[in-house]
Amino acid sequence: MKLDSKIPTGPIAEKWDKHRFEMKLVNPANKRKYHVIVVGSGLAGASAAASMSELGYNVSCFAFQDSPRRAHSIAAQGGINGAKNYRNDGDSIQRLFYDTVKGGDFRAREANVFRLAQVSVDIIDQCVAQGVPFAREYGGLLANRSFGGAQVSRTFYARGQTGQQLLLGAYQALEKEIARGGVKMYNRHEMLELVTINGVARGIVTRNLVTGAVEAHVADAVVLGTGGYGNVFYLSTNAQGCNATAIYRAYKKGAAFANPCYTQIHPTCIPVAGEHQSKLTLMSESLRNDGRVWVPKKREDVGKKPSEIPEEDRDYYLERKYPSYGNLAPRDISSRAAKEACDDGRGVGPGGRGVYLDFADSITRLGAKEIAERYGNLFEMYQRITDENPYEVPMRIYPASHYTMGGLWVDYNLMSTIPGLHVIGEANFSDHGANRLGASALMQGLADGYFVLPYTIGHYLASNKFEKVTTDHPEFRAAVDAVQQRTSRLLGINGKRTADSFHRALGKIMWEHCGMARNEAGLKQALREIPAVREEFWQNLTVPGSGDTLNQQLEKAGRVADFLEFGELMCLDALHREESCGGHFREEYQEAGEAKRNDDAFCYVAAWEYTGDTSAPVLNKEPLEFENVHLATRSYK
Amino acid sequence: MLKFWDSSVGKKVVMGVTGLILVGFVIGHMAGNLQIFMGMERYNAYAKLLQEDIIEITWAVRVVLLVSTVLHVLAAYQLTMRNRAARPVDYALRDAQVSTYASRTLRWGGVFLAIFLVLHLGQFTLGWKWLLPEFSRGAAYGNVVLAFERPFWVVFYLVAMFFLLLHLFHGTWAVLRTLGLAKNAAEPLQRRLPLIIALVVTVGFSLVPLGVALGIVR
Amino acid sequence: MSGTMTIKLKVWRQAGPKAPGKFEEYTATDVSPESSFLEMLDVVNDKLALEGKDPIAFDHDCREGICGMCGMMINGVAHGPSKLTTTCQLHMRSFKDGDSITLEPWRAKAFPVIRDLIVDRSAIDRIIQAGGFISVATGSPQDANALPIAKPDADEAMDAAACIGCGACVAACPNASVSLFTAAKISHLGLLPQGQPERYRRALSMVAQMDLEGFGGCTLFGECMAACPKGISIDFIKRMNGDYIWGAISERPEKITLGSG
Repeated sequence: MKLDSKIPTGPIAEKWDKHRFEMKLVNPANKRKYHVIVVGSGLAGASAAASMSELGYNVSCFAFQDSPRRAHSIAAQGGINGAKNYRNDGDSIQRLFYDTVKGGDFRAREANVFRLAQVSVDIIDQCVAQGVPFAREYGGLLANRSFGGAQVSRTFYARGQTGQQLLLGAYQALEKEIARGGVKMYNRHEMLELVTINGVARGIVTRNLVTGAVEAHVADAVVLGTGGYGNVFYLSTNAQGCNATAIYRAYKKGAAFANPCYTQIHPTCIPVAGEHQSKLTLMSESLRNDGRVWVPKKREDVGKKPSEIPEEDRDYYLERKYPSYGNLAPRDISSRAAKEACDDGRGVGPGGRGVYLDFADSITRLGAKEIAERYGNLFEMYQRITDENPYEVPMRIYPASHYTMGGLWVDYNLMSTIPGLHVIGEANFSDHGANRLGASALMQGLADGYFVLPYTIGHYLASNKFEKVTTDHPEFRAAVDAVQQRTSRLLGINGKRTADSFHRALGKIMWEHCGMARNEAGLKQALREIPAVREEFWQNLTVPGSGDTLNQQLEKAGRVADFLEFGELMCLDALHREESCGGHFREEYQEAGEAKRNDDAFCYVAAWEYTGDTSAPVLNKEPLEFENVHLATRSYK
Repeated sequence: MLKFWDSSVGKKVVMGVTGLILVGFVIGHMAGNLQIFMGMERYNAYAKLLQEDIIEITWAVRVVLLVSTVLHVLAAYQLTMRNRAARPVDYALRDAQVSTYASRTLRWGGVFLAIFLVLHLGQFTLGWKWLLPEFSRGAAYGNVVLAFERPFWVVFYLVAMFFLLLHLFHGTWAVLRTLGLAKNAAEPLQRRLPLIIALVVTVGFSLVPLGVALGIVR
Repeated sequence: MSGTMTIKLKVWRQAGPKAPGKFEEYTATDVSPESSFLEMLDVVNDKLALEGKDPIAFDHDCREGICGMCGMMINGVAHGPSKLTTTCQLHMRSFKDGDSITLEPWRAKAFPVIRDLIVDRSAIDRIIQAGGFISVATGSPQDANALPIAKPDADEAMDAAACIGCGACVAACPNASVSLFTAAKISHLGLLPQGQPERYRRALSMVAQMDLEGFGGCTLFGECMAACPKGISIDFIKRMNGDYIWGAISERPEKITLGSG
């Protein structure tokens, strides 16, 4: 496999403009003749579908939920970055670019990141024009805050619901285009197969989740905006329905999967409370601005009430280890530090997997009213879930899987290694490297959907000739058959365990061995355990009901089946990457407790190529070159 | 115009506007009635004023009131039918959270008030003998006393006033919202002024039958 | 963190849109008070699945109260007994050992049952399609700060925009009216300067669409506001009515001009 990133030549600041000029255009009268399928209706999918329809393309959009407005982008709380420099605090496109490359621990592609920083400015304008109610100052201008340890205030926000408001903006644009007839929306449809003809993506096969009908859809190009794979850990901050099926199916059809081991663990989540827990709830990172993180110094104190532990017996470990950043150390570093404290037997709460986030000092300093003003809704949410009052007792937090930086490999045009298959948003790999900065996910999803893909897909469509195909084509028939066979197979096992129990088992392995910290022995053990779970899955699964009605257990089983294969790929990637970078921390590769990157050997994108169910995937490398930001060790001490 | 009448909001606006007219009327009517406590002469003179001296104005008001009532009832009926059709299968269990007794009984109360209205007009304006055999045109004061010497009518009127209380309590609060005129409120469900209006009107009306029944007016 | 609970469930089961439905009873044992309401149902479903029976179908996704996917009538109350809380954030500690809980789907003509507790809410998407947007194409709009918006207006627009489209307002309304949802979107956009050009046209067409879908009208019971997990105020309904009235008064017929090309 040849990985051609198609990065335009020339100075980095001019690449995108130059490229936009060089790309071919589709004649306006011809645009409606092109049919584009968009799978997923989150920030990336909805914005792409709406924008392409506005341009005149004939778009079909698919979502597994009952409405495009449900996509999990809606849950993002904190904000969206935009290099507007409204604060006059020295921000610029160059600085956002620099921060993102450095934050990603030098494992992202420079040209993509620069383009992201460039269009970040347009995104804010676009969203305001759509009526997104960003927070404002009394003077009527937009408010900003600094986020995730950034040294400038470039984050725009809408209370604690920025993702919701941005998604609703894109959703409304999408509904506008649906009403106009430019987009045909397929709700409650799940993509289960990608169809390629002569190696080119020409359609998908879906299952109608209400009627069970397996349907084929032909298109001239396919776009996947299906999100990340964080649910491979079973417990994560992702929605229950988030899954890797679409991207994994595409991988099995020939799309390279890049950097699957780069996953982000968010430090401020509510800890696990019971064995039936289905979900971990994230609380905005902004809490760390005023909360102090600590655990007892002595193991024998962990069972005590926090108020009974005197000040001198508390270990404010982030402040101790990272005096200059303190409680605001980046996500990966804070998460690992919490794990270390708990591994040391000093974790608090059920199962000893939690650390305190204490607001007592801030309440004394600022008053409870001011704290309520800043975090009132988060405190309420915490109390609703845990039944504890954070004004009186410290919160308990623990890291949880939150975002996945890896995804399908794409070139500068957001096209995967399968011609015609484009991948946008969290589903691709391109912009965040090994670690994503706060408030950058919303930015990337919208950048891809509003401002990059609508151009680059035109170039693809204008540069290629498309033979007319119908769903009677043998490749479509084969794909439909494959889906039907898979469904019958899942329904026909009649074993004794539910899909959920297998998912839980897989999650446990992944979290234990491929979570916040990884090592060779653990990963090798995971690579032995996962196939065993998978084998049992295909022999002992039970899925009640039939395939021709709404069957949520069947949906779940299909997704778990893919996770059971994908988890192995993730461990393989983590095992091969013998360095620590960003969210990927290999215990063997550290220096005085800090991640140790190996730029000589691993400064590349690992793009895995599927070669068959019984053969190992092939590793392809896209070397990363840093011409504008010089390779350096991240330091937050 | 037709489109407006056809829409649920349009019909509600019609109900609101006609409701406001009727509220204005009941306040005036109530104030006029209280003159009964000032003696027969004063009360009969008031009746004469309305029924003879300014009869043209009275008719104009009557037409407005009649049209308002018909529109109010028609819109209410059509909206009720629509609302019922909007939930063909009802819940096995439903637990109302904040809706008032007044709002939930508004429709049946309205039906009762419509029946009351017909009987009330028959009794005191049209002089239907089966309702008030001793009715005598021109003797407004005497008619009232004769009617309310019968406990049945006292009770009937007081029940009607109870429904009017509920109707006004919800209606006067809702109308400003229906017409888009109310101010935003921290507790939009609170209704002090409507309670005062509803109480004043219904207590004022109730004083008349009570006055007769207790022998204050005779 | 007391012991576990036993809960009796009476659940509406309906195999499909056309199939007749009925209540069935289940017992949830060993329910942890720390678990969420949907996790309790997960456990019941796991047991049903292992017995080879059809699990109870219910919509859910984010389980953090923002996607709007979940929702059911819990003992006659939309989203259950906790105020400002979606079904997924309701916790079993709100119930007592031995409690009986009746579960029903949202009921409205415009929300037909798909299966068990799942209903088809596509009607609310169509209300948005009727005008719940600002007609601006992706491109190069003016700078975001070129249009100052007074903070109170931006805040109030945000209050309205917080709607998650779960449909609890419809479910709780004795008239099955969707006024709160529709009004929230009309108000969100109508409060902002960007939304002014289409403000009255939007109110007219969104109201027309909600009638067309077969929702009931608003009698201002206030139940919608009590059920709304985001606490959206019925004051927005007042705003919608005002915009509708002004729209009806000021509506101008659209002229059809012949092409000039």
